[in-house]
Amino acid sequence: MAMSTPNAGNHPDALADDIVLRADNLRTHFIMGARAAKSVDGVTLTVRRGQTLAVVGESGSGKSVTSLSIMRLLAHPGRIVGGRLLYRMRDGGVVDLATLSDKRMRAIRGKEIAMIFQEPMTSLNPLYTVGDQIMEMIRLHEPVDRHEARTRARRMLELVEIPAPDKRLDQYPHEMSGGMRQRVMIALALACNPALLIADEPTTALDVTIQAQILDLMRRLQREIGMSILFVTHNLGVVAEIAHEVAVMYAGRVVEQAPVHDLFARPRHPYTKGLLACIPDAKRDRADDGTRKMLNPIPGSVPSVLALPAGCAFAPRCPLAEPHCETAPPELLNASPEHLTRCWRHELL
Amino acid sequence: MAAASASSVDSPRISTLILQRKTLAIGLAIIVVITLLAVLAPLIAPYAPGKLSIVNRLKPPSATWFFGTDEFGRDIFSRTIYAGQLSLLVGAAATALAATVGITLGLVAGFFRKADGIVSRIIDAMMAFPDILLAIALVAALGPSLATVIVALGVVYAPRLARVVRASTLVIRELPYVEAARALGVPTWRIMTRHVLRNLVSPILVQATFIFAYAMLAEAGLSFLGVGVSPEIPTWGTMIAAGRQYVGQADWMTIFPGLAIILTVLSLQLVGDGLRDLLDPRLRKDL
Amino acid sequence: MTRYVLQRLFGMLTVMFTVVTIVFVIVRVAPGDPAAVMLGPDATPADIDVLRVRLGLDQSLPVQYLYFLAQLARGDLGHSIFLDMPVAAALLDRAEPTFFLTVFAILIASAIALPVGIMSAYKRGSFFDQSVTTLTMLAASIPSFWLGLILIQVFAVRFGWFPVAGYGGPDASFLTRMSHLVLPAVALGVVSSALITRFTRASMLDVLNDDYVRTARSKGMGEFRVIMKHAFKNALIPVLTVVGLTAALLVSGAVVTETVFSLPGVGNLVVSAVLRRDYPVIQGALLVIAAIYVLINFGIDLLYLMIDPRVRY
Repeated sequence: MAMSTPNAGNHPDALADDIVLRADNLRTHFIMGARAAKSVDGVTLTVRRGQTLAVVGESGSGKSVTSLSIMRLLAHPGRIVGGRLLYRMRDGGVVDLATLSDKRMRAIRGKEIAMIFQEPMTSLNPLYTVGDQIMEMIRLHEPVDRHEARTRARRMLELVEIPAPDKRLDQYPHEMSGGMRQRVMIALALACNPALLIADEPTTALDVTIQAQILDLMRRLQREIGMSILFVTHNLGVVAEIAHEVAVMYAGRVVEQAPVHDLFARPRHPYTKGLLACIPDAKRDRADDGTRKMLNPIPGSVPSVLALPAGCAFAPRCPLAEPHCETAPPELLNASPEHLTRCWRHELL
Repeated sequence: MAAASASSVDSPRISTLILQRKTLAIGLAIIVVITLLAVLAPLIAPYAPGKLSIVNRLKPPSATWFFGTDEFGRDIFSRTIYAGQLSLLVGAAATALAATVGITLGLVAGFFRKADGIVSRIIDAMMAFPDILLAIALVAALGPSLATVIVALGVVYAPRLARVVRASTLVIRELPYVEAARALGVPTWRIMTRHVLRNLVSPILVQATFIFAYAMLAEAGLSFLGVGVSPEIPTWGTMIAAGRQYVGQADWMTIFPGLAIILTVLSLQLVGDGLRDLLDPRLRKDL
Repeated sequence: MTRYVLQRLFGMLTVMFTVVTIVFVIVRVAPGDPAAVMLGPDATPADIDVLRVRLGLDQSLPVQYLYFLAQLARGDLGHSIFLDMPVAAALLDRAEPTFFLTVFAILIASAIALPVGIMSAYKRGSFFDQSVTTLTMLAASIPSFWLGLILIQVFAVRFGWFPVAGYGGPDASFLTRMSHLVLPAVALGVVSSALITRFTRASMLDVLNDDYVRTARSKGMGEFRVIMKHAFKNALIPVLTVVGLTAALLVSGAVVTETVFSLPGVGNLVVSAVLRRDYPVIQGALLVIAAIYVLINFGIDLLYLMIDPRVRY
């Protein structure tokens, strides 16, 4: 497949200096006997150093499977069946996470790439204190004694703005609120100073005020620490608040990646356009004459990952579709140097 | 029999489902064969179970005596299939008794808050006795006989069913349609039998199958110890007890009745497991 | 925490009180005159009357019940006419083989069940898992006394590796006595491993997909440590309950197994007591064994306290 991604260079293994992670046509399938659920089937995206890439999509679009693929934490029978996941280590070397040995992958998890999850209530082990769980992370990757690990765990709790960190270190998860537990998860994830943080819907389970606090915290930590973030969400409001760039997923593919302002200002994929039309409070909601437009849900439904259409997966629901779209899957095209889209007819948008 | 009736309870759909579930089909097939062998023993057995033949004592298995002979020259094969009659009878009767007592107690405890305290406490206390030991004590108190063994095992296993029924009743009684029936003035006993019991058919059936299996094991244990049915009566347990004297000399005396127990209990467990998967996947968890 | 302990303690005491009442009822439902039954057909009416008074059978049932409770409160389990000794002493005399048999059996059962159950859950659906499911069902179908006899045939009679039966006689050293327990403990342990294996597998399956297990993996931890430190510890709580339940199964298994191997334990004592209608012994054994069961379960409730911080509140 011809890739015209900017910054990729000509050599397949080359990764521009400012790129931390690049997924290249990643394919992750769940194989059940003769059938395969193609949950991720050609994801291409780039995460830049010190920036946040938001991966947006409806449930089932493959965004969580993409993040689990990067961590290689897929549950059976999920498997990466194709594509590459090029990752730049902190020492500058580039590895392909898709084919790395389990042992080397373990050294990367937590140390190079850390992850926080959607459910703060259940993501911490109920039987260990939060201090123990943070210290465990530190001591897995660094040769420090208990005392030092504890000092660092305490510092991490301070960093995520948990009051009375000394007391909190010795508490169990069930003694904390959901927001507090998500802060602990962030402290845990950042304990070994990873270059990339994957956040899989980290605020979805929290109520709105706590959600805003957590987003503020993540933004501040990114400014201070400089890690890159891959932020998975279905909430475009959250995207606007936290992301530098956005990758929109549909039916197992990234259909559009662009800087957040470009994407919101001028989506170059009919699906993205449809999504934006569904946000009630977006600016676009007002017509040129200033009156409110109707919300326009996208007609039809997402195709099953067990039976994807031959051509563009969005074609059956697309207002711009022409016969060509139904047969030829669109390649990732440059709408502008930084704006990629998988739509044959993006010029029309 | 609890297991066999399952296939006749409902529409033809269930029978196809049974075939789809391998464990259930295998278990049912074995248990049907064993029951047929026992019931048709008079037709199948090559010898009368009590026929003595001192010249042929302690013969090893052969074409003449499939399972060999015992210390009196009696044919072990004939005795094993005859013994099946009694072993299955005791198991089935004890299960029926346990079901009757257990379901009643469970319904009462689940339905009437006032009775629940006492009944639950009795259930807990009964479960504190090891099954065989409690059965031994009951048989000792009532005097050993076939009937007392059945009663004892029925009493021993009733609490297990009572516990299952009580737990489910507590859930079902809060369901909207049961509350609605109550509000409409439907008599309590009718709610219990109509609405609650019908919903409990699957957990009861599953539990009863397992109790059948445990009761047969316990009966064999009691007979083996000589505190159950009279040692003269051939059951699988008494046959093994008789063979105990000849261990190392006539191993077939213990091996074959033992295999009969294992096969029967195993097939009952297969049926129980299969039924559980078939009727209510949610029950799988509590084994 | 204190509240939890007090609740459990209260629960234990009420169950124990009910147990005592049930034992009283069981022994009194015996048809006929226990005194006459105990003394046999040759006893004179005068002898029977003396025994009746001695056993308190001349009193009304409620009075007998109160006497019974008072006696137990003093720690007195009654007196065996047949053995001519206090029931407590008779039980204590026979406690050693039963105790070690049960302990060995539970160790063997756990040593088989825990790793196999964990592995089976971890490799869910594999050939190994399916074999384990089949084998546990088979093991649960084997009468422990039959397995005992087979073990005797093979390992004692044919190979001569272990003693056939008994407890080595009165002067046997501790080691000799223990060597007599190997085969019975294996027979009992293998049979009871089935239930523990199935429960371990089921509760491991419950926790293996929990979010914190994924979190542990995301830290870069090795699989063994993820499974043991994070998953298994959470699965342990229901498993402990079953180990407690199995303790009761083991005691009833021990009753029968002791007979197979002619071990002079509590089970043997109970069986001979039943055969000669020695009611005080039966009653005492029932009480003690039920009490041990209730105590074990109380102990397990306390163990939860150590494992699960959520219980402490």
